[in-house]
Amino acid sequence: MVDPVLNSGDTAWMLVSTALVMLMTVPGVALFYGGLTKKVNVLNTIFLSLIAFSTTSIIWVLYGYQFAFGTNLDPWGLIGNPANLLFSGIDVNTLSTLAPTIPETVYIAFQMVFAAITLALISGAVVERMKFSSWIVFSVAWISLVYVPIAHWVWGGGWLAHLGALDFAGGTVVHLNAGIAALVLCILLGRRKDTSLLPHHLGYSVIGAALLWFGWFGFNAGSALTAGGLAGSAFIVTNTATAAAMISWVIIDYIKTGKPTLLGAITGAIAGLVAITPAAGFVTVQASIIIGLATSVFSYFAISWLKGKLGYDDALDVFGVHGVSGAWGAIATGLFAAPFINSLGTGVFYGNPMQIVWQLIDIAAVIVWSGGVTLIIAKIIDVVMGLRVEDKEEIEGLDTNLHEESGYRI
Amino acid sequence: MKEIIAIIRPEKLEQVKIALEEISCHGVTVTEVKGRGRQLGITESYRGSDYRIDMLPKTRLEIIVKDEDAEEVIQTIVKTAQTGDIGDGKIFISPVEEVIRIRTGERGEGAV
Repeated sequence: MVDPVLNSGDTAWMLVSTALVMLMTVPGVALFYGGLTKKVNVLNTIFLSLIAFSTTSIIWVLYGYQFAFGTNLDPWGLIGNPANLLFSGIDVNTLSTLAPTIPETVYIAFQMVFAAITLALISGAVVERMKFSSWIVFSVAWISLVYVPIAHWVWGGGWLAHLGALDFAGGTVVHLNAGIAALVLCILLGRRKDTSLLPHHLGYSVIGAALLWFGWFGFNAGSALTAGGLAGSAFIVTNTATAAAMISWVIIDYIKTGKPTLLGAITGAIAGLVAITPAAGFVTVQASIIIGLATSVFSYFAISWLKGKLGYDDALDVFGVHGVSGAWGAIATGLFAAPFINSLGTGVFYGNPMQIVWQLIDIAAVIVWSGGVTLIIAKIIDVVMGLRVEDKEEIEGLDTNLHEESGYRI
Repeated sequence: MKEIIAIIRPEKLEQVKIALEEISCHGVTVTEVKGRGRQLGITESYRGSDYRIDMLPKTRLEIIVKDEDAEEVIQTIVKTAQTGDIGDGKIFISPVEEVIRIRTGERGEGAV
């Protein structure tokens, strides 16, 4: 462990990283999703991400951070001890215990934007049919009961961290978690009346995806928690895997339909970003190419085959992209983690076969907890207030019916 | 007098406009419309799923001309808007009873 001395370089980088990750949600995810929906639902789709960011921000400073990153409350490492509730007693000069060269306030903010984007990602599965009020209630319950415990297990010194599971920037905590919750929620909501994916403004989605890619440097390189060699390594593998995944998806497009698609290219890029996320601070550039090339195959298969086979209406493929690529990234981390990149992680290919077991336990734990608790939360909301809008509102569009606004005055 | 309604490819509008100007046919009303013909649209592909897009964007021209000018205008539109491929569009001709210029109130061919 480094000496707890404030490092202004680290602090500056972490402040910038935090702002970069904020940019991923608002407007990154919001635009990425907004462009893919029908034009009568564009505002509602964007709004789901924005309101998710706000509710998470408030929860996080009041009690979310405290439960997620407090020292273990119980002997098993299930949840943190919530000292400093309501942000009381956190001195401006206190250094973070988990990142001892930056102020605790900066660490809190950095973790806050991670929680927020996880929630915003889920919204892609439920667009065009979920009640806005139910989404707000869901978002409060989900961050509190699903995200906070899982963040504690993996990053807050909880049981998965002690076990030795590796998740550098959130392959399981963020992406697999969001993907599973999205799958459960969209199954409970049921299929939309019109399940076609005909982007009303693909240009929005390209801007959104570009902002995600850009912001992801804060997400992954920022997860080094310092401004040094590890951050640089995470930065370059992030970009390499993303580029490889985009190329791989375009090749699949060529093979399957004979034509490359721009939506395929940006979807591949996101899949690559997701897959490298858990591995970013552990793997070599060479490994990142393999991780990126492979991930598009898995996500493409999930979207174009599995989704149709099982019949769930994951509107914008949150499970297909984030769930599947997140799980692959977690497995790949267990395979490719190189001790000379980061002494904390040694994978199967460097002589530690047990690492893949810890990774699989991490994946299973996230699937069970996220899936189970999301199911309970959503079921209760469905009974109490209903999850889904009226048929008439769905057919006419959510923007005019739920918000009395429309995206286009033409 | 005749009303000529032409449904053409949007990308042909500029050429048709210039060609009509060259034969001194200046008045035209243009609307962006959607529709389909015998070919029932085209196919688009998103994330591996194919969709038939059967309402295609077209441009609709409305032109009112004297009876004796109609044929020349029709020939000009056909000549400039034609590519020979499916989707070139159609022209419809119908008689016009009366034309009134709102500014002056004058009627008939002089108001065209």
